[in-house]
Amino acid sequence: MPAPAERRIIFKHIDEPGYTPDLACYLRHGGYATLRKALALAPAAIIDEVKKSGLRGRGGAGFGCGLKWSLVDRKSGKPIYLVVNADESEPGTFKDRYIIHQDPHQLIEGIMVSSWANNVRQAYIYIRGEFPHGARILEKAIAEARAANLVGPNVLGSGYSCEIYVHRGAGAYICGEETGLIESLEGKRPYPRIKPPYFPAVLGLYQCPTIVNNVETLCHVKHIVDVGGEEFAKIGTPGNTGTRVLCVSGHVRRPGYFEYEVGRITLGQLLHEVCGGPLPGRTFKAIIPGGSSAKVLRWGETFTLKNKDGSTRTLAVEDIPMDFDTLAACGTMGGSGGVIVMDDSVNMVEALANINAFYAHESCGQCTPCREGSLWMKKITTRMVHGQARAEDGALLQGVADQIAGRTICAFGEACSWPTQSFLAKFGDEFRAYPAAKTAPRPESVPLA
Amino acid sequence: MNLKPETLQRIEEVIPHYPVARSAVLPLLHLIQEDAGYISAEATEWVAARLGLQPINVLEVVTFYPMFRQQPIGRRHIKVCRTLSCALRGGYQTCAAFEEEFKVHRGEVSTDGEVTIEFVECLASCGTAPVVMIDDDLHENVDCARARELSARIRAEAAARR
Repeated sequence: MPAPAERRIIFKHIDEPGYTPDLACYLRHGGYATLRKALALAPAAIIDEVKKSGLRGRGGAGFGCGLKWSLVDRKSGKPIYLVVNADESEPGTFKDRYIIHQDPHQLIEGIMVSSWANNVRQAYIYIRGEFPHGARILEKAIAEARAANLVGPNVLGSGYSCEIYVHRGAGAYICGEETGLIESLEGKRPYPRIKPPYFPAVLGLYQCPTIVNNVETLCHVKHIVDVGGEEFAKIGTPGNTGTRVLCVSGHVRRPGYFEYEVGRITLGQLLHEVCGGPLPGRTFKAIIPGGSSAKVLRWGETFTLKNKDGSTRTLAVEDIPMDFDTLAACGTMGGSGGVIVMDDSVNMVEALANINAFYAHESCGQCTPCREGSLWMKKITTRMVHGQARAEDGALLQGVADQIAGRTICAFGEACSWPTQSFLAKFGDEFRAYPAAKTAPRPESVPLA
Repeated sequence: MNLKPETLQRIEEVIPHYPVARSAVLPLLHLIQEDAGYISAEATEWVAARLGLQPINVLEVVTFYPMFRQQPIGRRHIKVCRTLSCALRGGYQTCAAFEEEFKVHRGEVSTDGEVTIEFVECLASCGTAPVVMIDDDLHENVDCARARELSARIRAEAAARR
């Protein structure tokens, strides 16, 4: 079946010739009409539309946005904060970069609509430190919007006031975890907080109720208010509504970003038709479908899934629809939408060594299983790659990985152990063969670690 | 502390962005590092005093976040992405090409003080791998040939300054 056409809502103007990140251009394209519309609606009505839309967070966990908002403690009498997670740092993910650099006002409008809906008077955009130009573009865009009375006191004469400030991170992946991000915004080391009691919706920034949403998620809110929750829910598939930006990198002919209705395109269509298939003379070997912490899929494997009526169906890896639920049923996740493709030139021990080095570098060090475990997984795979692999290394890695997940304050424990666990489950033979195979030269291989 | 007047002005502007002064630690460290090139012990104490914190509250931030440094680096900062998507497209070779061009190992400053080369983790531009940041600017699809071109440009810019 041919791949469906892209449906660009969030990326409508990305790479459009003549489209510039300034306010005048955004207004020419109908910008801030949704904010006007929103300010005439009751906040509760907007939250209701977002609930009806079925929107799920685009940052990684896929948690319902309307549900997240409905958990906010509105009776505490404390201010409610909105924190925009623009710390895009899950390896393989590069969607927010383009929104921030090319269409910042779309994000700002989404922030203002969401802030109005949640009685937020102060929003912060936490942007990763590696986007210095992005931070400046956002600051300029906010200043333009403030000068046009779209941000700041008495927005468009409505009596509603809300300020937005940009806050730069400084290169730490753990700041993408929402409570780590909050600690960082408070000026501390980004050690994630334990939940309970520190659910951001109740005890977030400065111990006040706080909403943390991803950049793409907030842009979707603008479009939900635009078309209405029910209309939005018609896009995509039931339970997996809207569009999402899929980022493809690694071994395909045409890597890049593509926006599709959720679940309307399969992994095979995406990689073969949209991305042009494997590099010349190569075949696909392994796919990480949702950022580097998502469990790896082996090209050629099949899954037996349960239908709603209790019967089962068999699904080949290339036929997996790129949604939240099917990827979860296949034992992995849609995560942040970052699809990393590896072909038959890759040795999986070396790929895992690369991933393990990342997680060992990024563990915040707060919980012993993660701090020690991620480091030992790195040490073992690095040693294997550098000529000292042992037959028992696979079992050793498994033992370390199995003692991390579920024993840490935040989901980093899972994020760092899932690659090792899934690489061993899907490609265990390569780990067993590695001590012998390593002596054979592989002149064509690209160093990964 | 010998900071430029515009840095001091921006410091005073950013502190009121937060209801709690401690939140301004990261912004202040960024501004000082942009001005002075690194975070000195004196700067750590200065930030603490300005925000009403203990010096350890600032030092623990400086030592945690990879982007803050406690020593000066080369005039130009070459950051090569090391993470998987870039590595799959030759990021390690790109880094080696820069090291060869400037005769310096990653993590070190070249003998003329001109460049520091570093491996960094994911720069979030995986679709145009391998990617490199030189100072604040992102460079995409940097294979070895492109790395040599960029190196030549850096050398030419250094020569023009002399």
